[in-house]
Amino acid sequence: MGTAPVTTVRMAGRRPRRARFLPWAPLVTLVVMLGPVLAGILGTLAPAFGYMPALQGTGLSLDPLRALLEWPGLSRAVMLSLGVGLGATAISLAIVTLICAGWAGTRSFTMIERLLSPLLSVPHAAAAFGLAFLIAPSGWLSRGLSPWVTGWTRPPDLLILQDPAGLSLIFGLVTKEVPFLLLMTLAALTQVRPASSLRVAQCLGYARITGWLKTVFPLVYRQIRLPVFAVLAFSMSVVDVAIILGPNTPPTLAVQVVRWMNDPDLALRFQAAAGAVLQLGLVLFGIGLWRLAEIVAGRLGKIWVSTGGRGWRGPDQVIRGAALILGATAALAVIAGLAGQVIWSFAGLWQFPDLLPDGFTWRNWNRYGAQLAGPAGETLIIAGAATGLALLLTLACLEAEHRHGLRPATRALWLLYLPLIVPQVAFLTGFQTLSIGAGLDGGRMAVIAAHLVFVLPYVFLSLADPWRVWDAKHDTTARALGAGPDRVLWMVRLPMLLRPVLIATAVGFAVSVGQYLPTLLVGAGRVPTLTTEAVALASGGDRRVTGVYALAQTAAALAPFALALVLPRLLWRNRKGLLHA
Amino acid sequence: MSRYILKSLAAVGLALGLGAPSSAQDAAPDPADWKAVKQAAEGQTVYWHAWGGSNAINDYIRWAGDRLAERHGVTVEHVKLKDTADAVSRVIAEKSAGKDQDGSVDLIWINGENFAAMKEKGLLFGPWAEDVPNWKYVDVEGKPAVTSDFTVPTDGLEAPWGMAQIIFYHDTAHLTDPPRSIPEILEWAKANPGRFAYPQPPDFVGSTFLKQAVIELAPNPDVLQQPVNETAYVTATEPLWQYLDELTPNLWRSGAAYPQSSTRLIQLMADGEIDLALSIELNAPSNAIANYELPDTVRSYVLDGGTIGNASFVAIPYNANAKAGAMVLANFLMSPEAQARKQDPAVWGSGTVLAMDKLDPKDRARFDAIELGVATLTPAELGEALPEPHPSWMVRLEQDWTARYGVGQ
Amino acid sequence: MPENTAFPPGLRFEGVTISLDDTRLIALDCNVDPGEVLTVMGPSGSGKSTLLAAITGTLPPAFRLTGRIRLDGQDLAGLPTEARQVGILFQDEYLFPHLSVGANLAFGLKPALKGRAARRDRVEAALDEVGLSGFADRDPATLSGGQRARVALQRTLLSEPRALLLDEAFSRLDTGLRQQTRALVFEVARRRALPVLQVTHDHSDAEAAGGPVHCMGQLATRN
Repeated sequence: MGTAPVTTVRMAGRRPRRARFLPWAPLVTLVVMLGPVLAGILGTLAPAFGYMPALQGTGLSLDPLRALLEWPGLSRAVMLSLGVGLGATAISLAIVTLICAGWAGTRSFTMIERLLSPLLSVPHAAAAFGLAFLIAPSGWLSRGLSPWVTGWTRPPDLLILQDPAGLSLIFGLVTKEVPFLLLMTLAALTQVRPASSLRVAQCLGYARITGWLKTVFPLVYRQIRLPVFAVLAFSMSVVDVAIILGPNTPPTLAVQVVRWMNDPDLALRFQAAAGAVLQLGLVLFGIGLWRLAEIVAGRLGKIWVSTGGRGWRGPDQVIRGAALILGATAALAVIAGLAGQVIWSFAGLWQFPDLLPDGFTWRNWNRYGAQLAGPAGETLIIAGAATGLALLLTLACLEAEHRHGLRPATRALWLLYLPLIVPQVAFLTGFQTLSIGAGLDGGRMAVIAAHLVFVLPYVFLSLADPWRVWDAKHDTTARALGAGPDRVLWMVRLPMLLRPVLIATAVGFAVSVGQYLPTLLVGAGRVPTLTTEAVALASGGDRRVTGVYALAQTAAALAPFALALVLPRLLWRNRKGLLHA
Repeated sequence: MSRYILKSLAAVGLALGLGAPSSAQDAAPDPADWKAVKQAAEGQTVYWHAWGGSNAINDYIRWAGDRLAERHGVTVEHVKLKDTADAVSRVIAEKSAGKDQDGSVDLIWINGENFAAMKEKGLLFGPWAEDVPNWKYVDVEGKPAVTSDFTVPTDGLEAPWGMAQIIFYHDTAHLTDPPRSIPEILEWAKANPGRFAYPQPPDFVGSTFLKQAVIELAPNPDVLQQPVNETAYVTATEPLWQYLDELTPNLWRSGAAYPQSSTRLIQLMADGEIDLALSIELNAPSNAIANYELPDTVRSYVLDGGTIGNASFVAIPYNANAKAGAMVLANFLMSPEAQARKQDPAVWGSGTVLAMDKLDPKDRARFDAIELGVATLTPAELGEALPEPHPSWMVRLEQDWTARYGVGQ
Repeated sequence: MPENTAFPPGLRFEGVTISLDDTRLIALDCNVDPGEVLTVMGPSGSGKSTLLAAITGTLPPAFRLTGRIRLDGQDLAGLPTEARQVGILFQDEYLFPHLSVGANLAFGLKPALKGRAARRDRVEAALDEVGLSGFADRDPATLSGGQRARVALQRTLLSEPRALLLDEAFSRLDTGLRQQTRALVFEVARRRALPVLQVTHDHSDAEAAGGPVHCMGQLATRN
């Protein structure tokens, strides 16, 4: 967990009394989180170089690599992955930066903040389904304007969805990455005190956005660099969203790797492994390019700052407005997409260009609702267990840090982001083979372990800051009153930090609910969750069923957030000191 | 009987250290001793890996599972796949990890390339399919596809449970007189650009469309029954590429994007984006009408020269955990009761693998009582199915199609 | 319960120095007798609070402590904070916001006092002492500054400390309230014979305490 044991320093005058688990927590956490990733990469590297005994691959060879290079779509797929990744990341970052620059500290901004968590928890697949129906030539927008504006009685043959340049995929990714980056930026903003810098800049005659960009942005960006890398890596290697919104002649590299993995021709497994390794290299290359761009932008930025230009109020206002509109479009697209799914789940026959179905029916819910119970239960158990474990390890790490001074080195934060940066296709198949070898496969436990890899970083990231900024004098006060560290933890710190703990739980829950590839591969398909069922059913194409499952999936991810917001209000309704926290 | 002797010989050979069959096979019950199989099956849980993209099919599988639980004490868990290859991957991964027993896949819905691949790599258990009791009803003579899976002999390694045939469908409200041959489709598409789509190969239906076109266009389609060779391939496919070069610009989205599955075509027709589509499920249009997915003006038809048909099967992986239970399930799927229900369009509407003349009158009556949906063809309308080409053709066709049309121009 | 009767009771600093890197912040060698108040004065940033942290055992690892601190003869080194029996009051009261006033007081009460009723009576009595009868169920966030200060004091006293530390404890109160609260704290400490160490930057605090004053400058010495 970033708490490298190297920095172990015992606090003067403190004796670690219960030195059983806590001092080991950072190490255990690291192993649990990174072990599967590293082992999985090894398990992918072997077949990439021809070693896979089950398929008579016993020697080392470059044939898989050669086969990969001979695939005619490779250069386009690679360029596509790179373009989509860089494009989606740059646009998301630009929107987030301009929203913060133009609106931080205003009332509109508070509203945006409120929308964040729910938007963030909408599973990617559900959001993508919704978006696909929204923007298709026969989609909701087109239906809304037809035939009275467009004159279309039949949908036009326009390439909007799945366009070869990946624009609709970029759009889909931006709608989901803007909330994520915004959340990370908000966390960073609390540390750099933007209001005073901005006020100073404005007093010196700088326009709002210009002032913010020149004074606050460099500090904020340093804090959100790792999340930006995570967004970049994710956008370059996402599979489920790319299947739904991305092009298919050819698809992105990650999708093509999964296709090879699924091809009846077993020899393609080697090529798939080689592709997965290339995907890993591509992500590293993408990050390298981004880093280069950072340096160039930094240089240019310094020159720009030193020119002393104040910016102009007029354009500043235009950019402010544009940023808000862009951000709102992203949010509305997700919300409207979900609304579309709600309607589909109750729809009878619904043809173009009708804005609404011919009739509404409970039939879809009656038919599929009962089948939801099993997967829903499984989803809750897995998400509950993975989140519980992640919370336990995170709290143990943070307590170890607090009690034993096991401070994480800043550079160790990288480790936390590793599972978010290494592409899933690059290590999950290797991890699958590994878990079978360990006799763990196909069971709930293995799936929980795989989910933990992705849940842990998010839980840690969302809890670490509130945990660390908690005023340690509460601790001193309680200890001076005679309470041991455990009593302080349970009676004082956890209750006071109930809200961040619940929010971290909700984040972990949502991350677990959204996992598709890990559940499918490690669970041997025997562990059906709402997400695996939704994607399997989506291959059937009936939007009614997809709607039912996508909504159930969204509900499973959203409910904990609702609880995290409501519960503290109920529990602390007579405790003003905690309500506005 | 002869198989029994062979097995005994194998056992002797094993005792003499001549062979080294996997231990899993020794533990497996012998299908010839059906009573023992049923006994062994009781209490087992069968993980049946089957495509999960169709609600009608999922419902049917649930029904079959309920019957098995009632009658044989076998629990059936439907593992819903997006792609059959997921299950194949699974078995491979298990073999890689040295898990030669207690595998996680007990039964796979399979045919064609997947079967050929698993058979070739020795990943299947058996032979067993021709030893289970209900095999006697199977129409081996009338439906050669039940023992020849894409020309690959099944050798008792998989049991047939359904017949499928390519059908085309169209909304009569927009298209009254659909094209009735592969060349006519091109003419029609040129006159109505953007209104026809086929799923992107290697999707099964997409690849089958290519094979259908090759059969109609090739100078000598008989070569398709042999494993592919270079000269035959070039001669046979040249007209196809010429045809596709003309068709592609007139496809939905001018061929710059393809639907990823045949069920997606239903949605596209419902959205009014296309007027002509195809499916391998005879009853797909009727089912879609019943589920409000398509208007009731949709009808289906087959091309004048006939369309490709095949059988689909269930197979047991070599390392399956519940082999006895899987055999009991496979046997039930071949029963007149299960087959008649499967053919009912209100349930699924898939063709039976049984021979009507082998059934007793009571069972035959079950089939006679079935009412076909408005958009479902009768066996007479379907006509005789064209045989599938050898799987090696499909592999080559898919590769070349991808290189020409699947990765941009 | 002094473990060594050779030492007099009270808070004793034997050649105590605290340094950060190579800079010595504090050097102290003295005794605070029971009932006596030692005032440590100095501008902010001079390291006054690190002295208190050394006594409570919460000194951050970057600081180096030498010498010995004894309380009633017992060497505090190595003892965890909760075993030192040292009460501390900060500028903020640090009433736990999730607990009622009564529960805050009960938090300080030793577990040795058994029985719900007995504990509640003890808490009520403590509130009575400072004129806050009937406040047990109140939300601490609804109290005035003076009320919070008194609750914090009583909570500390209920934990039966052997010494009392004041970290700018009165600096947030306005003048009138400040004198009142200060008088109350020093009076209670004297009555209970607690050695008190206060750090402050305000001369009036030192005058009110009446005890010895140790002034810290920024004349940090290099060693």
